[in-house]
Amino acid sequence: MIRTALAVSAGKLARAVLNRAGRGATALPGLVALAVDPRALASLTESLEHGAVCVSGTNGKTTTSRMLSDIVRAAGWAPVHNRSGSNLDRGIVAALLASSSWTGAPRGNVGILEVDEATLPRVLAGMAPRVVVVTNLFRDQLDRYFEIDALARSIAAAIVMLPELTTLVLNADDPIVTNLAQGHRGPVSYFGVDDPRAGGTVAQSISDATRCPRCRAPLQYRRVVLAHVGDWSCPGCGFHRPERDLAAASVDMSAGATTIRIAGASAVLDSVTVPLPGLYNAYNALAALAAARVLGIGLPTATRALASFRPAFGRLEIVEADGRTLRLMLVKNPAGFNAAIGALLETGRKPRLVAALNDRDADSRDVSWIWDADFESLAAHVEHAVVTGLRSRDLALRFKYAGVDASRLEVVDGWKEALLRAIAAAGPADEIVVVATYTAMLALRGSLADMGYVGRFWED
Amino acid sequence: MDLRVMHLYPELMSIYGDRGNVIALQQRALWRGIEVEVRSHSAGSTLDPEWADLYFFGGGQDQGQDVVGEELQGPTGASLRDGIAGGAAVLSICGGYQLLGHEYIPEDAPAIPGLGVLDVRTTAGKRRFVGNLVVEGEDGVLVGFENHSGKTYLGPAARPLGQVLVGNGNNGEDKTEGAVQGKVIGCYLHGSLLPKNPGLADRLISWGLERRHGPVTLLPLDDGAESAARDQAIGVAKARP
Repeated sequence: MIRTALAVSAGKLARAVLNRAGRGATALPGLVALAVDPRALASLTESLEHGAVCVSGTNGKTTTSRMLSDIVRAAGWAPVHNRSGSNLDRGIVAALLASSSWTGAPRGNVGILEVDEATLPRVLAGMAPRVVVVTNLFRDQLDRYFEIDALARSIAAAIVMLPELTTLVLNADDPIVTNLAQGHRGPVSYFGVDDPRAGGTVAQSISDATRCPRCRAPLQYRRVVLAHVGDWSCPGCGFHRPERDLAAASVDMSAGATTIRIAGASAVLDSVTVPLPGLYNAYNALAALAAARVLGIGLPTATRALASFRPAFGRLEIVEADGRTLRLMLVKNPAGFNAAIGALLETGRKPRLVAALNDRDADSRDVSWIWDADFESLAAHVEHAVVTGLRSRDLALRFKYAGVDASRLEVVDGWKEALLRAIAAAGPADEIVVVATYTAMLALRGSLADMGYVGRFWED
Repeated sequence: MDLRVMHLYPELMSIYGDRGNVIALQQRALWRGIEVEVRSHSAGSTLDPEWADLYFFGGGQDQGQDVVGEELQGPTGASLRDGIAGGAAVLSICGGYQLLGHEYIPEDAPAIPGLGVLDVRTTAGKRRFVGNLVVEGEDGVLVGFENHSGKTYLGPAARPLGQVLVGNGNNGEDKTEGAVQGKVIGCYLHGSLLPKNPGLADRLISWGLERRHGPVTLLPLDDGAESAARDQAIGVAKARP
């Protein structure tokens, strides 16, 4: 306890200093606290009245945890949430510190912790969450995480050590995620999309799991939603998509919203409209609803919270600039890119783009992934694209080889310059879609803020 | 004129954006009015050694590599060897490169045999080489991104694709990167490699076309965007290896 108090004090001190210096204090205080007390994560979460929920996976963890945070708030609880998306263990501890007293007593009563998937094994080893949500596991930043099989193995090894009190909330449509339940002692709740209209029958080129995670036989798909996600089964060992405890019986999408008819294991329960486009946001909503159910929050409360959901930094966030609407889409891997592009094209739009590629650590230093992303589907529809970023020329080349004519493509150096060029080229009623990797999105958003169009995201 | 490209095991051996190489081969032939047919060969199906002019063989996860390694010890391996002996060209990267060598020697297990069309051997390394890779090759500078722990050593029948300027290359020791033997190329350059190294893409297209059409001279293309991407990538590699 003394050690925790000391760690909390040290972390809080670091936070105070950083805030005074005008910097967003998202991770460093946590690093300081962890150095003083390696058990800080357990100490800071075990006194939360409703326990803690870890939300992890390759794509959708930020949106899902924000949805869940809104839901628990609608239920009258006070979430402690690493909202700024700093999702390594130090960022999580920093968020817990920010909402605790100087002795380490929490000011909230439930933890909603977004956890980076590579950090998840370490976080699970450091605490006993009430719920662990895994949205999906795709190939992402291979230079950092290496292979998805190895990542899944290390998460599974951490899950085996969890107590019976922990409930897993897993995506039934993702065989790699489903397989994580294998050694778990506690309950498992599965979610998935049952709408037969969602997805096609053709496996996609970016598939990470064409083989069974258990016996390595090629998996069979009755329906492929995205990459290896879909209605799958293994003809070799019989491993198959589990029954869904919470499913989308139907998903109807429009330009700005998604309506899901929710079905339980035996009956259709209710429908919910989320003000976000795209099938992947239906998955995020299902994950949040399934977790809320485990926490004992009723569906009416949860659906009401989702109906007024506001997206996170770069997740389809909308910014008005000079009469034009900018829609910000963060992309970081081929699956995420394809999902974002799918959401864009579903509505029949001819997008005007600002596309930005960086190759910092947080983006993936290897830019190869753009060649796995489906620029070919996008190419025919692009009205105009301004390309920028530290690796703008690689991105411009990707557009060229996907078939975008040079007359529709401009490479512009400088964040502000790129935005101004796109705004100038667009008509007053046009929408501009900003597609960018993480640090490029930070820089673009910084430029928009400098021009007076958005607030800085950690003020959120 | 037409070009036939065979993508080997795209579902198992294509995880680092190596698909971009097939896209580059296809587009650069099409832009010159050369028809292109791309086929995929999957595990368990029969490979016709007569069909392809050019093979592409990418890198995979361990799981995929095991399956493919076993398959190459059977009739598929024999067909691929026949195809190469009949004049087909090959670009192999990372896992594909290792599997075309004599063997892969794990740290504490018996050696896994390869196809042996490249005079190289790979041993498991303790350190993973991850980063930008710049190589001085016969047709100029090549740039890409390496991500491997295997260390590859060349025998006398293979010559290096280039000398390492930035990064580790074959083994992090002898400054060589990749291997060339006849019309078979292997290397560790992801990126994807061919889009921003168009000289190498065109060399492979010429080699492929030769098999059924005799020696060809390719029409020049406007490679302004390709050169710009290569120069930017080299700049990044030198500043942040």
